[in-house]
Amino acid sequence: MNWRRFFRRDEADAEQRQELESYLEITAEEYVARGMEPQLAREAAMRKLGNTTRIREEVYTMNTLEMFDTVLRHTRFTLRSLRQHPTFAAIAVLTLAVGIGANTAVFSVVNSVLLKPLAYPDSEQLVDLHQEAPGAGSLVTAGSGLRLSKSMYFTYAEQNRSFEAMGVWSADVGTVTGLGGAPERIRILAVSDGTLEALQVKPILGRALSPADQVPGAPEAALLSYGYWQSRFGADPAVSGRKILVDGRPREIIGVMPANFRIADLGAELIVPLQWDPKRQMLAGFAFPGIARLKPGATIGQANADLARLIPVWLRSWPSIIDGASGEPQAEKVYRDWRITPALRPLKTTVTGNIGGVLWVVMGTLGMVMLIACANVANLLLVRVEGRQQELAVRAALGACSARIAGELLLESALLAAGGAALGVGMAYAGLRLLVRIGPANLPRLSEISLDARAFLFALAVSMLSAILFGLIPALKYAGPKISLTLRGGGRGASISRERHRARNLLVVMQIALALVLLISSGLMIRTFQELRHVDPGFAHAEEIETLRIFIPPAVVPESARLGRVENDIADKLAAIPGVTSVGFASALPMDQTPPNWDGILKEGQSYAAGYRPAMRTYINVSPGFFRTEGTRLVAGRDFSWNDMYKLRPVVMVSENLAKELWGSAANAIGKRVRPIDLSPWFEVIGVVEDVRSVSVQEPAPATVYWLTTGLNPYPQALAVPFSTRAVAYSIRNSRAGAPAFLEQVRKAVWSVNANLPVAEMQTLQEIARRSMARTSFTLIMLAIAGGMALLLGVIGIYGVIAYTVAQRRREVGIRMALGAQAAAVRRMFVTQGLSLCAFGVVAGLISAAGLSQLMTSLLFGVAPIDPITYILTAAVLVLAVVVACYVPARRAAGVDPAETLRSE
Amino acid sequence: MVQGTLDMLILRTLVLGPAHGQTVAHAIERGSEDVLQVEHGSLYPALHRLQNRGWIASFWGTSENNRKAKYYRLTPEGKKQLAAHASRWEQLVRAIGLILNPAEEKK
Repeated sequence: MNWRRFFRRDEADAEQRQELESYLEITAEEYVARGMEPQLAREAAMRKLGNTTRIREEVYTMNTLEMFDTVLRHTRFTLRSLRQHPTFAAIAVLTLAVGIGANTAVFSVVNSVLLKPLAYPDSEQLVDLHQEAPGAGSLVTAGSGLRLSKSMYFTYAEQNRSFEAMGVWSADVGTVTGLGGAPERIRILAVSDGTLEALQVKPILGRALSPADQVPGAPEAALLSYGYWQSRFGADPAVSGRKILVDGRPREIIGVMPANFRIADLGAELIVPLQWDPKRQMLAGFAFPGIARLKPGATIGQANADLARLIPVWLRSWPSIIDGASGEPQAEKVYRDWRITPALRPLKTTVTGNIGGVLWVVMGTLGMVMLIACANVANLLLVRVEGRQQELAVRAALGACSARIAGELLLESALLAAGGAALGVGMAYAGLRLLVRIGPANLPRLSEISLDARAFLFALAVSMLSAILFGLIPALKYAGPKISLTLRGGGRGASISRERHRARNLLVVMQIALALVLLISSGLMIRTFQELRHVDPGFAHAEEIETLRIFIPPAVVPESARLGRVENDIADKLAAIPGVTSVGFASALPMDQTPPNWDGILKEGQSYAAGYRPAMRTYINVSPGFFRTEGTRLVAGRDFSWNDMYKLRPVVMVSENLAKELWGSAANAIGKRVRPIDLSPWFEVIGVVEDVRSVSVQEPAPATVYWLTTGLNPYPQALAVPFSTRAVAYSIRNSRAGAPAFLEQVRKAVWSVNANLPVAEMQTLQEIARRSMARTSFTLIMLAIAGGMALLLGVIGIYGVIAYTVAQRRREVGIRMALGAQAAAVRRMFVTQGLSLCAFGVVAGLISAAGLSQLMTSLLFGVAPIDPITYILTAAVLVLAVVVACYVPARRAAGVDPAETLRSE
Repeated sequence: MVQGTLDMLILRTLVLGPAHGQTVAHAIERGSEDVLQVEHGSLYPALHRLQNRGWIASFWGTSENNRKAKYYRLTPEGKKQLAAHASRWEQLVRAIGLILNPAEEKK
């Protein structure tokens, strides 16, 4: 047996025929030579040769592959029979395609985001230098833990024994001027020595950063990102050595990074070295995420122990203020209370963040949709096979063995699944393109999402598994030995046995249960969404608030004393735009993900023990009028005034929850005095504003102290210089927020003050707030789609069963009606049948939902996983849908004309 | 004809040189003094089978009276197979002979 021969067997057959023909000619000629009539000679030759077709057939079968040939023949047969039932085939293939497509798409996302290693060499060796510090209050965030300080970096980098390389980095923004055109706001990644070495990424052009570049005072170097090099430098191969003006300072371009280079999940236009002087550092300043590459064979546990050993070393080696003495006992006590613990984790864990939970939930729900789709197709197949019972029985009677019939039925399922898979993969491809185009915020590694070989394998596996799943039921049921019975019965039993319906009923119950689980999950997400919408975020009518960010580089306004004036001028210009009702600015806007400032607060009249560290509070700098613009309610006292700013009055505002915590009530806070550290001057609380959920809608509002954007500096070292914020976000209240014409006016207004100021991140506050709910809305949309699909498929499933029963029982119904049954009673009979199935499904669904919804607790907000309203309402909707689905065929049954049915027998 | 012998006979015939199907049949019939009659229904499948096994090869040629005909020739592998078959056949014939005429052996 030989594949090559198999595919050339038609050719071989032609040759065989020719050979036989030549034999006939030769033989006939011989006979003629012996004196026979030519005609007779030919006939004699043919007689001698015998049955040529049989010879050819024998040779032909020598060239076939038995099993393959059978499969091919059956495939052709099945395709032909499917073509005769195009509606059945189309519905089955489409149902499967939707299921397979949705699952393949989500699997691709899961695969690209969660399963595939990060795009660095040997990326499993990369770790995020995550640290826990339970005693450090709001310094520690859930996502990033306690970041590293510069001194920590020096200690760890010099003394660790576990890392091949380690570094810290920070994401920044800068303004590039002098490239022609408007000043441009770009993203910058500042990296310490060791960061790029740990990632093992080298520039594709020019040289890498060297330790010499990290020395303070060295010429400032910069690496271009591939994209920036392409777009702004025309992919100039001789770009190394050119200068670029960043924030008014020249930097020398030393090379170009490879395309798509990112640190963790952050990209940037420029990569620059951090230049720190190891002689002038202090303990604090926990601001830098760290990355390390483990030595071969080193484990995270060993590295944790290694760093834990270094923490006391670090504490003893550095002063608590710059140029101070190291090993200060008080500082040591403070940090010991923080309980800093290294808790390194794979870099991938940090990159994928908390999206894993969402993706697995979505994957699980779509898996259920696939099950429902399989149940539906199984039902369709059962109906179809029931119709073919006669045919199958005849074939069994003629000697087809049951394995063969079962094989054929399975083959039909496999073909349907293959069709579904082909279509589904197409759908998945389109879906992923759409997903990447929409680019849901906080879906990490979005650029890496693609349909790869693994996703194709997955689609294949899902389709074949489901083919077995839905194909096995009819195959087992109808290929068995009982088949001869149907021949006798003639398929015309007056009533249908219960047993014959059991499989289908079971499938429908399962479908209803699964659909209910999915509907309840999406119901819970809808409730979560509603709850989130009803939360008072601490600002009002966000859609009318236009926001933008401005950074005033020292090169543009060198004196920080003038900053407040420039910012005020911009605010005035913005306020003069027609339609603008109010303008304010602040160091951070609610929910805009700007890392907040923080420090403790001490209140007057309270004695604190030596070394006491107060709880950390969020610090935000705001301008007069900012709260009015945002719609943040003033609870007590008054707002900041411009006079407070210009006269450097020692005044401060606090959030309502902080006022209540410190003084019992908002009104009590007015006139009280506070300071951040015991060397600061006192600041008087002049106003209390309502709580603002500045982290996200889900997170409770942090206790916040509001300082002026320009004001008296509370920190003693710099007391003489007024404090000022260079990076501010403006918010402008205007009903035309977001309109292009308005944005143009805003830009012109800013540039009329100073043409060198870039205007960045123009968006309405509502867009910012919406992004902070992106995870919830993404989950909601996915679950709603899954729930909708499940409901539709479930309803189709139960409709199919009832409609089929109706068709089967036409005669019975005819007899009943002839005997005087009322149409209403007939209708009720079928609807009741559907509802009793539904009842089983609903009970099973409610129980499963109660269990499964516990898995999504972390996605919910303001609603319990077992929320009675959601459960009852969803079940009611489902039951209603089932009633409708049953009523349609039931009405058809009641419309049966008894005389006609009986006559047709 | 005895099962499995046709293949051997075909191979033997082709030792003399390439031949087409009809010649092969003739050769066997004449060589056996018409004792062995070759069924064409089995000759052609046998030729095809031997070709599939690589024991003979075929080419299109012209017959004695200028007809297009398919010629078969022995391959080196076929020669080896013929030798093996022939010796096995002789063993078999001798063994059967021993049983049919035990007396002859005793002499």
